[in-house]
Amino acid sequence: MRPFGYVRAESPEAAAALVAGDLSAAFVGGGTEILNWLKDGLADPALLVDVGRLGLDAVEVSDGGLRLGSGARMSDVARDRHVRAEFPVLARALEAGASPQLRNMATLGGNLLQRTRCAYFREPSFPCNKRVPGTGCPARDGDHAMHAILGASDACVAVHPSDLAVALLALDARVEVLGVHGRREVAIEDFYPHAGDDPRRETALRHGELVVGIGVPSGPRARTSGYLKVRERGSFAFALVSVAAAVEVVEGVVRSARIALGGVAHRPWRVRAAEDALLGRPLADGSVADAAEAAVRDADPLPGNRYKVAIARGAVRRVLEEIGERG
Amino acid sequence: MTSVGTPVPRVDGLLKATGTARYTADIPFEDLTHAVLLQATIARGRIASIDASAAEAAPGVLLVLTHLNAPRLPRMRAFAKGGSAQQTVPALQDDRVRFAGETVAFVVAESQEQARYAAMLISVEYDEEPPAVGLHGDAYPPAKVNGQPPDYRRGDAERALADAAVTVERTYRTPVHHHNPIEPPVTIASWDDDGGLTVHEAAQGGVHMMRLGFAEALGIPRRKAGSIRVVSKFLGGGFGGKGFMWPRNILPAVAARLLGRPVKLELTRAQMYTSGGYRSETVQRLRLGADRDGRLGSIVHESTSTGSDMGEFPEPCAQITQMLYACPNVTGTHRLVRQNVGVPTFTRAPGEGPGSFALESALDELAGELSLDPLELRLRNYAETDPEHDRPWSSKGLRECYSEGAERFGWSARNPEPGSMRDGRWLVGYGMATAAYSSHTWPTFARVRIRADGTAVVRCATTDIGTGTYTVMAQVAADALGVRPGDVTFEAGDTRYPFAFPPVSSSGARSIGPAVRAAALAVRTRVARLAVKDRESPLFGADAATVRAIGGGRLARADDPERYDTFVDVLERAGLGHVEERKGYGVMPFLHSTASGIAPWPVGPLLRVATRPFAGRYSTYDFGAQFVEVRVDPDLGVVRVSRVVGVYDIGRVLNPRTARNQAVGGITWGIGMALMERTTTHPRLGKYTSPNLSGYLLPTNADVPDIDVHFLDRPDPLVNPLGVKGVGELPVVGVAAAIANAVHHATGKRVRSLPIGPAELLG
Amino acid sequence: MIEVVPSEGGVVPAAVEVGLVVNGEARRLVVEPRVTLLDALRERLGLTGAKKGCDHGECGACTVLVDDRRIYSCTTLAVMQEGRRVTTVEGLGTPESPHPVQAAFVEHDGMQCGMCTPGQVVSAVALIAEGHAGSEDEIREWMSGNLCRCAAYPGIVAAVRAAAGGAS
Repeated sequence: MRPFGYVRAESPEAAAALVAGDLSAAFVGGGTEILNWLKDGLADPALLVDVGRLGLDAVEVSDGGLRLGSGARMSDVARDRHVRAEFPVLARALEAGASPQLRNMATLGGNLLQRTRCAYFREPSFPCNKRVPGTGCPARDGDHAMHAILGASDACVAVHPSDLAVALLALDARVEVLGVHGRREVAIEDFYPHAGDDPRRETALRHGELVVGIGVPSGPRARTSGYLKVRERGSFAFALVSVAAAVEVVEGVVRSARIALGGVAHRPWRVRAAEDALLGRPLADGSVADAAEAAVRDADPLPGNRYKVAIARGAVRRVLEEIGERG
Repeated sequence: MTSVGTPVPRVDGLLKATGTARYTADIPFEDLTHAVLLQATIARGRIASIDASAAEAAPGVLLVLTHLNAPRLPRMRAFAKGGSAQQTVPALQDDRVRFAGETVAFVVAESQEQARYAAMLISVEYDEEPPAVGLHGDAYPPAKVNGQPPDYRRGDAERALADAAVTVERTYRTPVHHHNPIEPPVTIASWDDDGGLTVHEAAQGGVHMMRLGFAEALGIPRRKAGSIRVVSKFLGGGFGGKGFMWPRNILPAVAARLLGRPVKLELTRAQMYTSGGYRSETVQRLRLGADRDGRLGSIVHESTSTGSDMGEFPEPCAQITQMLYACPNVTGTHRLVRQNVGVPTFTRAPGEGPGSFALESALDELAGELSLDPLELRLRNYAETDPEHDRPWSSKGLRECYSEGAERFGWSARNPEPGSMRDGRWLVGYGMATAAYSSHTWPTFARVRIRADGTAVVRCATTDIGTGTYTVMAQVAADALGVRPGDVTFEAGDTRYPFAFPPVSSSGARSIGPAVRAAALAVRTRVARLAVKDRESPLFGADAATVRAIGGGRLARADDPERYDTFVDVLERAGLGHVEERKGYGVMPFLHSTASGIAPWPVGPLLRVATRPFAGRYSTYDFGAQFVEVRVDPDLGVVRVSRVVGVYDIGRVLNPRTARNQAVGGITWGIGMALMERTTTHPRLGKYTSPNLSGYLLPTNADVPDIDVHFLDRPDPLVNPLGVKGVGELPVVGVAAAIANAVHHATGKRVRSLPIGPAELLG
Repeated sequence: MIEVVPSEGGVVPAAVEVGLVVNGEARRLVVEPRVTLLDALRERLGLTGAKKGCDHGECGACTVLVDDRRIYSCTTLAVMQEGRRVTTVEGLGTPESPHPVQAAFVEHDGMQCGMCTPGQVVSAVALIAEGHAGSEDEIREWMSGNLCRCAAYPGIVAAVRAAAGGAS
């Protein structure tokens, strides 16, 4: 990797100011993602601004819900008793991610900012519309078993790798962002751009904006939530498909639901049709099957990843059944 | 009293567990420089221009070699022709790009970071040509397959197929596999003032073979090859990927000579995919013909794998089919299709690994056609003698492997109906397969020294690749000498030690063991000879040939064990600091005469000797039976191996602890092959898509279930004096087929292309 | 706050001084910011117990403890660990006086080639402290960040169980 400068910021504001003022600067939190970008030539910042010691690692509980510091490590949040009891989808998604060592290093903020694991994106000698617009997408005529089945554009069929983001989408979380012009909140739904946009654009962040926290409302659904990750080996692998679901059942019928899929699109993918299929009905075989079907109704797979449609259908059904069994 | 056969703990265990064992990359060097490779990013074409000026100007950079300025290097002699190389074309000799990942520049700098950064500053422009990718092109026969002709025929398989009552005709596919040891290849080359070269190399034991390779590459005459020293003390896994000379091995020595400083090259994980061979993808067409009782009348096994202009290694898939079952009519053929992807090489269980997936899957399909138990089908075709060479086996406990395995596994509980067994949501399947492997005996020398304090040191130029050689060979020597294994030190991995062939093809125990034993017996006899001539010795006047070792470093008269002498006393009275003997095993006469370790490399003849042991009187193979239980989640397409029973006939077990560990490892290789391992190549661009460990998945701890390994532990007295066969590769063989068969049993779905995952089960 | 080191011509930021407590000993070293903790340990401090298997956080051979937590030393910069306590496999025990986990790895033959073993050992020490050695399945899951290509996994699980006091 190229030589670069390093500075440990004194405050979130100072960090944001440093990066905002220097187009070649970048934040580093846990380091687990950006170091690989540097080694593989996916990024070459001249300055790294360390935001790992800014006290942004608190896990705070209030009546309204949870506030997670962006610098909190995945393992610490997953281990938190309150999180485990009240936000099972969150704890499970975090523990399904990466490995114990990486979870001890990686921050929540960094997790949300992971870039796709698309093999063609990750190796700069491949053409890639996401890296260099207009160069083409080798996934279309190459191996694309891991690629998108929902919401892909003609230019890019990469998928987002985060488990955490999928869980947060099912929890209506909000991302707190700090920039030189102050703070703003972005709904997780809006944090990741939709299809049709420039594939280079991966988040709603502007250069120099720092994720400082994540707000998770407690709401009626969080406690009855679940996460399932389907992967090719027993542990330590990215998702083929993952499902986060949170369901509110009142007097025997579903009053509200959130269902999000991971590993299927360029962003965590909420499936409203699947949620709607549950509303007003008992969480039982019929509604669950309808929801699973609805979840993949819009799927548009490539020849080599049709199997993901079947997994997604099965995984939605499985998560909802498990939530139903837990009551 | 004997140590062989007991579970002696690994003697280097604490060195490894405390981080004290020094692997090649760990060795400190004064004045060391660091090198990196820059590799071609296209699969075929020419380098139109290469500009290294920015790299040369970068801080710390000492040298940049490209095809424009690199010293001329010779084309290397191929391993199959008595050389040391698989890829015979050296690096940096012309502007041609033959495969993606071919080295186009070699950068040396003061620090690793500087070298890496400088490599990024080199700009290369290519004139691209469309590469040949995949096994679609014209197939041609290789010159040789493991030293054998590419085609094998016994009887008339085509005619027997036409006459068969029941036939199965299927095509099976296996993908590219990479060895992926945890240790990346490392080379550190340094020249001394007298022109001597020392290379510390993460080499799979072939230090002498590599010495010859270095001599050849660097223009050093063979008679002066002794000025080259190759050292490899600890190896972080090889599996075939570090067994030969590749272009990357040579460049550090070239650069070190130019710079007058030591040069270290450590490959990145990504570079490992293109710099040390791989297991070729295979397409295998199997045709079986049988009568209604399941007796095989015909097998045709046609295998196609990757060919190259730079060297040739056909994956020998059909060879297992030629010997495994009693079948009068068998045809086995090997063909190659040229691709722009580098030269394949040996990968753990070469040939038998992918070959058994095809053969043992096809047998399972035949069992289904016949409504016959898959184990019963194999018993009905049991080969009592070697059908390929029409001669007896040196030993074959396969029938006991089947019965013992079936018993341990509970095979009789298998409901033959696919999809009939469940455990909650999981579909449960049982599958089995036969394992066989032709482990080899290679020429090996060992030197055993008894020291004045009664301890012994054994030296042999092999390398402990993780199998436990340091431990097991100390046991072998201890028994032959009559001392405790703790009194013996085994030293390896240095061309200063007696010649050894690389420990490949499960040859370690059966090649090194007898050499160590012979040398130990010889030195013991020498001590006895000293004693019987010594008036002060209790053994004086006895016949040295009948003096026996009675343990504790004592030698006793055959007729009176109370009258004994000790190594310590004999040496002291003789005024000797040590006594030493050197012996060879499995060695052909002309090698004896030039056994300095820089002898010509007669691999062709050696292969013939190794695969036709006992002057053609017996055939020797390792045998085994694999039984597997899988659980399949039918909604998610997830397959988990939940139980494995492997029962093996590997002759005598020298150390059950290390042998079991190797067997578990082999089975796990089979699990990886069956369920996750695969390198994919872009069909248009001809480049690997995931040269890493997050896209190429190796089994994790969570993927490995309870594994029950059992050895018959029956010495094979015909194969060598220790009675030991081989254990390294056998446990891989058949596992992928057993898993595929179990998946079929669980789901009713037959997957004929590896690996088996959700894409195959739900797609 | 560490100053941004003025770079000559904007090209080469100078090396910075980093203080670490390594295996109980205060160490100071001068490294470029781009040097990973793994390279600092191996190349600058001569602690070669932690191995470089993939350099991308995908194999676990470089596992060390930082403030008693297990991490991959290849995916963090040395400079990011300023002031922290780093424990490598060498800091756990020696051949003469091994840590109980190291002894258990030998006793249960939880290794073959040994290249992944230091990382496995460090990871196992942390796993036990985390309370994740409750069952074999739990150990398997929580040891899955350390690949072993020789696949000595059953021995590793047995060693962890024994060292955690769960051998039965």
